[in-house]
Amino acid sequence: MKLNLRVWRQRGADAPGAMATYEVDNISADMSFLEMLDTLNEELILRGEDPVAFDHDCREGICGACSLVINGDAHGPERTTTCQLHMRSFADGDTIDIEPWRASAFPVIKDLVVDRSAFDRIIQAGGYISAPTGAAPEAHAAPVPKPDADFAFEHAECIGCGACVAACPNGSAMLFTSAKVNHLNVLPQGAPERETRVLDMVATMDAEGFGGCTLTGECATACPKGIPLPSIAAMNRQWLRANRKVRR
Amino acid sequence: MALATRTDNGSAVRKPPPKRSFWGSTVGKKVVMAVSGLLMLGYLVAHVMGNLKVFFGPAEFNEYGHWLRTMGAPVLHQEWALWIVRVVLLAAVVAHAVSAYQLSKRDIKARPKKYVHQRKRASYATRTMRWGGIIVALFIVWHILDLTTLTVNENAQPGRPYENVVATFSTWYGNVIYITAMLAIGLHIRHGFWSAAQTLGVGSASRDRALKAIANGLALVLTAGFIAVPVAVMTGVVS
Amino acid sequence: MSSTDYTQYTIGDPLFDSKAPDGPIAERWDRRRFEAKLVNPANRRKHTVIVVGTGLAGGAAGATLGEQGYHVEQFCYQDSPRRAHSIAAQGGINAAKNYRNDGDSVHRLFYDTVKGGDFRARESNVHRLAQISVEIIDQCVAQGVPFAREYGGLLDTRSFGGVQVSRTFYARGQTGQQLLLGAYQALSRQIAAGSVNIHPRTEMLDLIVIDGRARGIVARDLVTGEVSSHFADAVVLASGGYGNVFYLSTNAMNSNATAIWRAHRRGAYFANPCFTQIHPTCIPRTGEHQSKLTLMSESLRNDGRIWVPKAQGDQRPAHEIPEDERDYYLERIYPSFGNLVPRDIASRAAKNVCDEGRGVGPGGQGVYLDFADAVARMGRAKVEEKYGNLFDMYAQITAENPYEVPMRIYPAVHYTMGGLWVDYDLQTTVPGLFAIGEANFSDHGANRLGASALMQGLGDGYFVLPSTINDYLARAPLGDKPDASHPEAAEVIAATEDRLNLLLSVDGDRTPDSFHRELGELMWEFCGMARTEQGLRKALDRIPQIREEFWRRIKVPGVGEEFNQSLEKANRIVDYLELAELMCVDALHRSESCGGHFREESQTPDGEAARRDDEFGYAAAWEFGGSGEPPVLHKEDLVFEYVHPTQRSYA
Repeated sequence: MKLNLRVWRQRGADAPGAMATYEVDNISADMSFLEMLDTLNEELILRGEDPVAFDHDCREGICGACSLVINGDAHGPERTTTCQLHMRSFADGDTIDIEPWRASAFPVIKDLVVDRSAFDRIIQAGGYISAPTGAAPEAHAAPVPKPDADFAFEHAECIGCGACVAACPNGSAMLFTSAKVNHLNVLPQGAPERETRVLDMVATMDAEGFGGCTLTGECATACPKGIPLPSIAAMNRQWLRANRKVRR
Repeated sequence: MALATRTDNGSAVRKPPPKRSFWGSTVGKKVVMAVSGLLMLGYLVAHVMGNLKVFFGPAEFNEYGHWLRTMGAPVLHQEWALWIVRVVLLAAVVAHAVSAYQLSKRDIKARPKKYVHQRKRASYATRTMRWGGIIVALFIVWHILDLTTLTVNENAQPGRPYENVVATFSTWYGNVIYITAMLAIGLHIRHGFWSAAQTLGVGSASRDRALKAIANGLALVLTAGFIAVPVAVMTGVVS
Repeated sequence: MSSTDYTQYTIGDPLFDSKAPDGPIAERWDRRRFEAKLVNPANRRKHTVIVVGTGLAGGAAGATLGEQGYHVEQFCYQDSPRRAHSIAAQGGINAAKNYRNDGDSVHRLFYDTVKGGDFRARESNVHRLAQISVEIIDQCVAQGVPFAREYGGLLDTRSFGGVQVSRTFYARGQTGQQLLLGAYQALSRQIAAGSVNIHPRTEMLDLIVIDGRARGIVARDLVTGEVSSHFADAVVLASGGYGNVFYLSTNAMNSNATAIWRAHRRGAYFANPCFTQIHPTCIPRTGEHQSKLTLMSESLRNDGRIWVPKAQGDQRPAHEIPEDERDYYLERIYPSFGNLVPRDIASRAAKNVCDEGRGVGPGGQGVYLDFADAVARMGRAKVEEKYGNLFDMYAQITAENPYEVPMRIYPAVHYTMGGLWVDYDLQTTVPGLFAIGEANFSDHGANRLGASALMQGLGDGYFVLPSTINDYLARAPLGDKPDASHPEAAEVIAATEDRLNLLLSVDGDRTPDSFHRELGELMWEFCGMARTEQGLRKALDRIPQIREEFWRRIKVPGVGEEFNQSLEKANRIVDYLELAELMCVDALHRSESCGGHFREESQTPDGEAARRDDEFGYAAAWEFGGSGEPPVLHKEDLVFEYVHPTQRSYA
């Protein structure tokens, strides 16, 4: 099939950017979206132009590197990651708009590549259980009720791609932050740091310049791993509880 | 270095952990919004019940209006209870508005650049929270000038609320302003109540349907209850 | 780039693992830990350790060294340490916990791993791995890794890869992700504490060796393009395997061999480079555009039946091919094991039937994995319960419904057992340079068992390296930390910059990917599932030609001082073009078949891999012979005191 691509091009972080139009031909419906971009880039290189920069790595939908807003949707029309989106979701002659994640906490590095290190700093603020290597008790010492284990797993599935922030009209990172808070706070192993974890992660989230949550639900709709919206309410509950318990 | 988040040696900067504070946090501000919103919602429920007394005729309605001034007596002096309610409400309005303003400012700053490819997102109620809130705020000013201070109500008679209500809804603009504002309030409550439940941590997957149903029910009942009065005046049921 | 015949390698001195303790195998690890010198806790912060890579091995090592008090400088090319390709592992992690009371033990895990590796791994290392396996699970659970649990709240396990005991711990189909996030979180804690300084989007391009010791690395900031040097008292490579030599593999797109290859060029021996694992159940390629391959758990073979049409070039859709015109070739050739034969055998059989022109799907590079019988026998609901997520994944990628149409599968390069040669302490032949995880060669021999890679990565990172690196740091006369002005460092920096500048200045007419694809196809054909002397010689003939053409015709747009993904790619291909040659030489010299390495000249009368222990019972460690010069082979004899080599048989 033949497609008309309109791609955000921006040479560097401080450079101005604009949408540029490209035509690609002979696109197979079996191609993944990123393979379609590979095809475009091969042509651009041979024409002596700068290929389109985009983040990608595992191309299996698990590393969370790929990050494109396609026709206004984070990761495109299907509920999956961009790397698992296939060209059969589009029709011959379509015009496809491709833009980077947009949020002031995710500055553009080049073209479609953004800096998501703010997510790492949110995790560094408390998204862990302090269990130094070697200090662990026997694995069966603390049984975890299956519903809790499943709840933890459901939230631990987050791949940190940032689609939630990209989709949120406020550029809020509440879904990302709540996924990690809920994963760790529900487990007995995570209990001792429950309060400091949620307070510090939320404070860091705010300090990184993410917006507040207005519960539009866009995040959960865009999430390729299906982290549910009530995750945010569960984190709010933790946060309020922590505020009551931790005296400053 | 182009990126503000990296140092010259290319590594991510370690910032000292930010201060934990209630009001300084987006979640804290949302809690303030939720609590003040729920206070106002409670007030609206009482308000609509009072309003509906208009259907029992001028005597009962005016008596109710009088009682509002003496409520709390004899423990409280004349109008004290009313002023307490007014002060609490004013505090709620201010808290709600200030947190809404600060959060909105922050949210706009967090997403400075729009997508070129726009598409319609979220529900109408969700998308209209900010404008709806502003409309309701402006309405409250009008409403107080109209039926509390009677400043803008041309045919107002102090101490005769029933007649004042009829007077207000006898003008076309009085009806338009009121009904528009009530529809805005309905939408605002629809998203606001459910949203407050999430903010206060009451929401969960299993309760979601119930909370949404309550939000819709409250929005519908309140809007219908409020609008019933101007409609009744217009149709001559109340005169 | 010279015309020296690469096959004319020389044989150097045999190699001995001087750190390996002797005595009863179960006591060796304790003994080594006791005999190793320690670094006083107060002195640890004075030591800097560079860790390259943030996967299971690197993330675990960085976190643990940080906890111990060392200062760690850690590097990853990804934008976040959480994205390392360990994240893509699906199946699970083995541990000899014996929670099922099914007869498992440390010794059995040790035995299975040595045997599974086709007797080309070191007994001492494998036994240590089996011992540590139980601690890994404890550690991960303490970190909050959400392993699957049963209703009683205890951990669930399953049997994996045809093993007789249930020793595989798992987190749905995302075990690698959950383990990696555990390590990433532990690492994040150290980053917050200041003991680990993380350099994301920074790729190691060379190793700095000063006075015979690894003292630093040269790295490129992938955002600004700045080439910088970093110095330390020891360097740990946890940069993963080199499967991307084949272009199409299940590795991540940016996984690469540059760190280990550059280390090899600077003196680290490269062991068993030809030992690559080809996984039988991957989704076939759909055309020329294919950029990578996706693996599906081999548990599918428990209930799916593998077949191809009996006739060559049969183009009919699967359901139109009657039962008597189908060839269930695994069940036919291996009646007792059927579809459950080991990975290497299943892969080779698929290649054979496709080579006969009986493959299915686009290009004839696929075989059917049919669940029709399973659906008829167990019912669709049961099949869905067992394999639902895999079927969904398949449907997502192929737009075919595997409940109705048989799946198509084809083998793909998955893991590389070879890697930098390391001693018992995981130290390479360059003092101060350590290699952990898939980057080293030590534990899997010629074939890796399912669910063992995660175990080895975490074992190396959490437990082995943090114990053994102390010994080096305590003993080595390190002196002052060098800086970029040191002549040897300056030479490495200049060489790196020259290489990048050369790539940018050729301005030819071929893209980096076109060369990578060409090399990959060559390697797949001649150094893939089945290898012959003739084919390998052909590849060895061809690789220098591709290399020559590469340096003449490569086109890399843009400049070096910017975010330039084409430059990143091209620079990785430079190293693949050299590593491929070493893989072929190793495959050529090892004229036996073993594990993932199948030489057609060495098979049993039934067509199975025939090992030749007398001639090849060693690990082949190759020393870099100089640019364009043939390498030098050092043999490390493998001694089997506890598990006696036997020939595998699955017929």
